[in-house]
Amino acid sequence: MGVSEPGHRPRLAVWKFASCDGCQLTLLDCEDELLSIAAELEIAYFLEASSAAGPGPYDLSLVEGSITTAEDAERVRHVRRVSKRLVTIGACATAGGIQALRDFADVREFTSVVYARPEYIATLERSTPISAHVPVDFELRGCPIDKRQLLEVITAYLADRRPVVPRHSVCVECKARGNVCVLVAHGTPCLGPVTQAGCGALCPAFNRGCYGCFGPGETTNSRALNRQLRTLGMSDPDLVRVYRTFNATEEPFRRASEEAEDDA
Amino acid sequence: MHPMTPAPYRVRSRRPDRADTVTLTLEPLGGPCPPFLPGQFTMIYARGVGEIPVSISGRARPGAYVHTIRAVGAVSRALCRTRRGDVVGVRGPYGTAWDVSAAAGLDVVVAAGGLGLAPLRTVIGELIAHRSRYGRIGLIVGTRTPLTLLYPRELARWRDAHDIDVQVIVDHPDQAWKGPVGLVTRLLDRIVFEPRRSAAFVCGPDVMMRAVAADLVRRGVPAGRVVLSLERNMKCGVGRCGHCQLGPLLLCLDGPVVSYERAAGLLAVKEL
Amino acid sequence: MEGDISPIVWSVRGTVEMDVVVWSLEPLVAALRSAGYSVVGPTVKDGAVRLAEISSAAELPAGTGDAQEPGHYRLTERDDDLVFGFAASPDSAKRFTQPPRQTLFRMRDREIEEVEPEAPRVALLGVRACDLAAMAVQDRVFLGGRHPDPAYRRRREALFLVAVNCAVPGGTCFCVSMGTGPKATAGFDLALTELAAPHRFLIETGSERGAEIVTAIPHQAATGDDVAAAEEVSRTAAGRMGRTVDTAGVQEWLPAAHDHPRWDDVASRCLACTNCTMVCPTCFCSTVEDVTDLSGEVAERSERWDSCFTLDFSEVGGAPVRGSQRGRYRQWLTHKFATWFDQFGTSGCVGCGRCITWCPTGIDVTEELSCIR
Repeated sequence: MGVSEPGHRPRLAVWKFASCDGCQLTLLDCEDELLSIAAELEIAYFLEASSAAGPGPYDLSLVEGSITTAEDAERVRHVRRVSKRLVTIGACATAGGIQALRDFADVREFTSVVYARPEYIATLERSTPISAHVPVDFELRGCPIDKRQLLEVITAYLADRRPVVPRHSVCVECKARGNVCVLVAHGTPCLGPVTQAGCGALCPAFNRGCYGCFGPGETTNSRALNRQLRTLGMSDPDLVRVYRTFNATEEPFRRASEEAEDDA
Repeated sequence: MHPMTPAPYRVRSRRPDRADTVTLTLEPLGGPCPPFLPGQFTMIYARGVGEIPVSISGRARPGAYVHTIRAVGAVSRALCRTRRGDVVGVRGPYGTAWDVSAAAGLDVVVAAGGLGLAPLRTVIGELIAHRSRYGRIGLIVGTRTPLTLLYPRELARWRDAHDIDVQVIVDHPDQAWKGPVGLVTRLLDRIVFEPRRSAAFVCGPDVMMRAVAADLVRRGVPAGRVVLSLERNMKCGVGRCGHCQLGPLLLCLDGPVVSYERAAGLLAVKEL
Repeated sequence: MEGDISPIVWSVRGTVEMDVVVWSLEPLVAALRSAGYSVVGPTVKDGAVRLAEISSAAELPAGTGDAQEPGHYRLTERDDDLVFGFAASPDSAKRFTQPPRQTLFRMRDREIEEVEPEAPRVALLGVRACDLAAMAVQDRVFLGGRHPDPAYRRRREALFLVAVNCAVPGGTCFCVSMGTGPKATAGFDLALTELAAPHRFLIETGSERGAEIVTAIPHQAATGDDVAAAEEVSRTAAGRMGRTVDTAGVQEWLPAAHDHPRWDDVASRCLACTNCTMVCPTCFCSTVEDVTDLSGEVAERSERWDSCFTLDFSEVGGAPVRGSQRGRYRQWLTHKFATWFDQFGTSGCVGCGRCITWCPTGIDVTEELSCIR
């Protein structure tokens, strides 16, 4: 951690790699708090908000997106060099994102199907999280990230304390919120028990099952959950699919989908 | 007042002990400084950062607590960084105490591992306040390196002025170190005590306490007179959060000071 | 635990000495509301019986039943109009006595200022015997020791408790085994027994403020037949427990079984998701969160529900003491049924069966105990 010396407003940079911009937009979505953030931090580099690119170094860098090209792999090393503290935001940056589905297939086959001139596409075989390339100080999960949690990470940085971002399951938040368990009461498939909290149990609050966008929680007994999801009528291909979304290559979810594949 | 609400205390003095260790003297901003017994702890709150349990390592007059803190986490780092005049929150004192007077007429072994010397400092204080009541006193201290040894000047004073056999062993010696190297249990051979007529006060990491206590009992010290200070995750200090359970014990209420007779079976169970 | 256990004191019978009979709950709801209580009772929402504020007895789930099995809950339609024809709902009274999150204090500069606890005047309608027993257990935790919690006391005292004696226990109920039900015997202001043919409610009075409410509503003295019918309801319910468990000697044999192979078996099924602890009406474990505002000027501490199934719960020096699901499940079950006695002089289980119903993989504590025994 490293809050700067008194009198100096820490400089914030927001960087984008392969991603949809949704997590950066969460920062702009902090409408009520944006002015306070700007009062405490100099927003020195943020392409979404302005086109001016401030020169480094930066005290805090928020990094969105995954690494999918050789150029980006080089650029993220630059970001690390000019950043005192680097926080990755969102499933792309922390887990490779939905574009990491290429890891389970042949990316050249994809490009030949999708693009008219695949020879113009220069891309890596895999989509990898930022932490696969440079040391990361903190990873904020979610697709997209949660606004409250983003504010907490920034506030904690300013106060030089550990952010309150628990790694327990969604069920903790779900019960605290007063939701009825959709898995038990409705038979709706839900990844909440193996997914990290942070969203405030958003989907179950609307009677939808959790689809794991915050990635695996601290304890993931997916074999036991899969058994239960099968008795609720999920097929093995469905099971493989629910784990292969935004955090498909995170080890516990990869294992969970492979278990379902093997058992099929 | 709610049991989770701290009282504001001012940092009266701050003394850096070692590279990462600081001794703070804390006095209440208003109201009394409740009395404490050796082995008890307080919950100290660094504003906005969090709260940790810290054993009391001494009393300062008038009405203040002395705490020795090592910077290992966000909260202890914040506390170590405080300056004279800063305000922190304090709750307590909480927990069970070492009954030092129960060792009257006996030889006394005091065994410390690392920061475990901090709470034991209050035991030594009691012993030397009534030195003639006790038989031989041996203080054995294990520390990472010669430079992480706590209270070196006081150790010398206890040895020279109060007839305490002070022995120190280190894990990693430096070039100047002439003393022994290894586990603190080795020092039990270097001090003189009559096991069956001895009491022991032990504080340090779990592994160290288990080894020392087992060794003492093997030598013939009654397990009920070997008394440890146990550590678990303490969030509340008042028996309401459930975190510090060790089997039937809530260590914030039933501990941290627990006899080996009671603790041995519990410490032997993995993940209890 | 040392010190006096000073639970909430419920004065014995008030001015209404006799049990009474009422033909509708509407006047009761109205009387409670005009006495300044928000009335919270069972309603149907999101495919379950949920506690919610009601303004009329018509909002109660007449004709609704439930089917509860390990990991399974469904609403059913009853072929009668019983208003309380279902078993334990997913909501216990816990969130009214121990809220999921509460702000404790704020610190600005050198001032530490307690946050006034919210203690709304709520009449809980339809509390079951198991939940009353659970409140008595929590009273021991939060009021019985050396550090009583004034906020808990205020919330607790602000609750007006209208118990309902269970007529239709669920498939996961075992209050008879735990000695807590199905009939409410203490800790209520009023206790209802729903009687059929003709449809009516027998009301027992448990406190003076209960008696005041009864006085305010149209009622008639209960006849011997009414009382006998109510006794029959509880007797029948007691014979219909979905589950049983033999806890004789559990304080000794359960902690001693720390190496039992069953712990590995249950660990293979346990998600460590915390649901059992969250729905448990006695599980009281909590953690604190210390935060600051963006300017750093105001620091705040809140306390929120925590669970022994999380890794942070037992973290010491950067690593959890109980890293395995085996260790965590063993901690929970052993604490609930055995070591709770050492700490609070009572069992931590009241037999409501919620942990069984709401476990996503259907782990059944009664089965685990009988396998370990």
